Amino acid sequence: MPRSTVRIQSGEDVVRVRQEVRRIAIEAGLGLVDQTKIVTAASELARNTLDYGKGGEAAIEIVQAGPRRGVRIVFEDNGPGIADIELALKDGYSSGKGMGLGLGGAKRLCNEFAIESAPGQGTRVTVARWK
Amino acid sequence: MDRIPILKLGEALLVTIQVDMHDRLAMALEEDLTTRIVDVAAKGVLIDISALEIVDSFIGRTLANIAMIAKVLDAVTVVVGMRPAVAITLVELGLSLPGVRTALNAERGMAMIRSLLDAEGMAPGEEAEGAA
Ligand SMILES: Nc1ncnc2c1ncn2[C@@H]1O[C@H](COP(=O)(O)OP(=O)(O)O)[C@@H](O)[C@H]1O
Ligand SMILES: [Mg+2]
Repeated sequence: MPRSTVRIQSGEDVVRVRQEVRRIAIEAGLGLVDQTKIVTAASELARNTLDYGKGGEAAIEIVQAGPRRGVRIVFEDNGPGIADIELALKDGYSSGKGMGLGLGGAKRLCNEFAIESAPGQGTRVTVARWK
Repeated sequence: MDRIPILKLGEALLVTIQVDMHDRLAMALEEDLTTRIVDVAAKGVLIDISALEIVDSFIGRTLANIAMIAKVLDAVTVVVGMRPAVAITLVELGLSLPGVRTALNAERGMAMIRSLLDAEGMAPGEEAEGAA
């Protein structure tokens, strides 16, 4: 199964994540709306990795569960971590200058969503969108 | 750094976003448009996003900011050409674009700008080529 890792160190890398997710979502056979949803979620999460996680990487792969195909992305950084995950997920909450829609929005746009994070431990966010 | 070109068309400014914008490029567009609106005393801003495959919260906020700044500077903003999949995704993302008027395509967007200006009685010179 194809797999692609994109390092996230700059705003241009966030664009590269979007392009790689698009390419792999097409390869997985996702429809246009599903592609758009996971690419948009990936854009939000990649920006968080850059802005809050101080950079990291995105691992993108096609996944298969029985007859179902989908795209899974794992965003990982070694940044400061998230102390209050519930608060971070709230729409409108931002510790920076954002709109506070990235995490909550990504969760709504994907079929699977998980965050593992703790202060000083970095952050890992996993999302998947199925066909 | 690259910048997105801004064209002047009568009293309006026209921007066609043809690249997948990174955040600094979007911020530069916001700044450049603000400067140009003042420089040419633009009354309208038309932003064509038909080439954009996604609008995330950063790009969405940039569009909303541009509309807000333009309004303060006495210009109306119309965003045209949003793809259906993008519109569906924006709603689920939770992003509303306050103050952003939309139209299906550039032609209708220009017509909308003209009629808004006519309604305000602010485009006396435009009638000849305009909305008749
Ligand atoms: N990778 C990360 N590392 C540390 N903190 C994060 C990370 N991702 C998100 N956060 C925290 O969660 C908050 C909410 O994120 P988000 O919903 O994307 O909103 P925004 O990016 O607009 O602030 C951020 O303001 C930040 O405090
Ligand atoms: Mg964010």
